[in-house]
Amino acid sequence: MSHVERANDPAHAETVPGGDGDDEAGGVGIYLIGLGLATLLTFVSFFIARTTLVWQPSIPVALAVLAIAQMGVHLVFFLHITTGPDNINNVLALAFGVLIVMLLIGGSLWIMTHLNHNMMPMDQVMQMQR
Amino acid sequence: MSGAAAANGGAARGHDDPYRLGHGQATRQRQPAAEHADGSLLSKRIIVGYGFWIFLLSDIIMFSAFFATYAVLSDATAGGPSGHELFDLSNTAIETACLLLSSFTCGVASIGARLHRGVWFYGAMAVTFVLGATFIGLEAHEFAGLVARGAGPTRSAFLSAFFTLVGCHGLHVSAGLLWLLTMMAQVFAKGYRPDILRRMLCFSLFWHTLDIIWVALFTVVYLMGAGQ
Repeated sequence: MSHVERANDPAHAETVPGGDGDDEAGGVGIYLIGLGLATLLTFVSFFIARTTLVWQPSIPVALAVLAIAQMGVHLVFFLHITTGPDNINNVLALAFGVLIVMLLIGGSLWIMTHLNHNMMPMDQVMQMQR
Repeated sequence: MSGAAAANGGAARGHDDPYRLGHGQATRQRQPAAEHADGSLLSKRIIVGYGFWIFLLSDIIMFSAFFATYAVLSDATAGGPSGHELFDLSNTAIETACLLLSSFTCGVASIGARLHRGVWFYGAMAVTFVLGATFIGLEAHEFAGLVARGAGPTRSAFLSAFFTLVGCHGLHVSAGLLWLLTMMAQVFAKGYRPDILRRMLCFSLFWHTLDIIWVALFTVVYLMGAGQ
C-alpha cells in the first residue's frame, strides 16, 4: 500500500507527465478546468472559422493562435507538463520537439513556396515538351 | 504518517537529484529501509513516464512531417474538389467533442486506477472506449462518403495528403482503443500492480497526445480548409 501514499504525495506526483494531483477531488478538478478551457477554445475556433463578422484574412491567424493556446491547455492540464523544478527534463524534451517540428514545417513551407514561385506554370512546361 | 515524512524527505532530496538518475546511491544510505524500496519504485515510474514522453514527441515529429506535406499540397487539387466543397464542419465538431470528452474521461480513469477505485476506472475506461469508437466510426463514415463521391485518395495530391494525415491519426486512435481494452483486461486479471499502473500512465499520455494532434488537425485541415 505504501507506494499508493507516495504516488499521492504532491511533491512527487507532479514530476511525471500524466501524473495527477494529490487527491481524487483535486485531480478531477484539474481535468475539469482543462476540459472547460479546451471546450471554450474549441467553440471560439469553430465560431471564428464560420463567422463573417471579422476581417477574413485575419481568420487563419486567429485559428492558429487558438490552436496553440489549446495545445498549451492540454499540455498543462491533461499531460501535466508544468514549469516546476521537478519537471525540467520533460519541458526540455518538449522544447526540443517543438524546435524540430518548427524546423520541419516552417522549412518545408519556405522551400516549397519558393520552388513554386520560381517554377514555370505547369501548362507552359507541357507545351515546351511538345 | 509516513506520507508526510516521505514528502519532507522528497522535498529535501528534490534539489540534489530530483530524478535520482544516479539511482540514489548516495541518498539511499540516509533513508530507512522501507523508504528505499519505495523510492526505487517511484523513480522507475518517473523514468518510464519520461521515456514514453520522448517516444510521443518523436511521434509528434512524424505527424509534423505529414502536416508539412499536407500544407504544401493543400492547393494541388488537380481540378478536383477542394476542402471547401468537401468538408462538413458539423461532423468535425462532433468528432472533436468525442475526442475532447474521451481525453477527460481517460484522465478520470487514470485517477481511478491510481486510487484503486474499480467503479471509476472501469466506468471511465468504458466511456473513453465508446467515445473513441464513435470518433473512429464518424471518421470511417466520412472517408467512405468521400470515396463514394469520387474524392478518394487517388483523385489529387491534396486528397492523398488529406487521407494520409487524417488516416494516420485515425490509425493511432484505433491502436489506442486496442490498448485501452488491453489495459482494462490487465487490470481485471492482474489488479493494480505497479507495473500495470505504469502501463496505464503510458496509455493516458498516449491518449492525451492524440487529442493534441487532433487540435492541430481540425484547425489546419478542416477549419482552415473549409474557410478558403
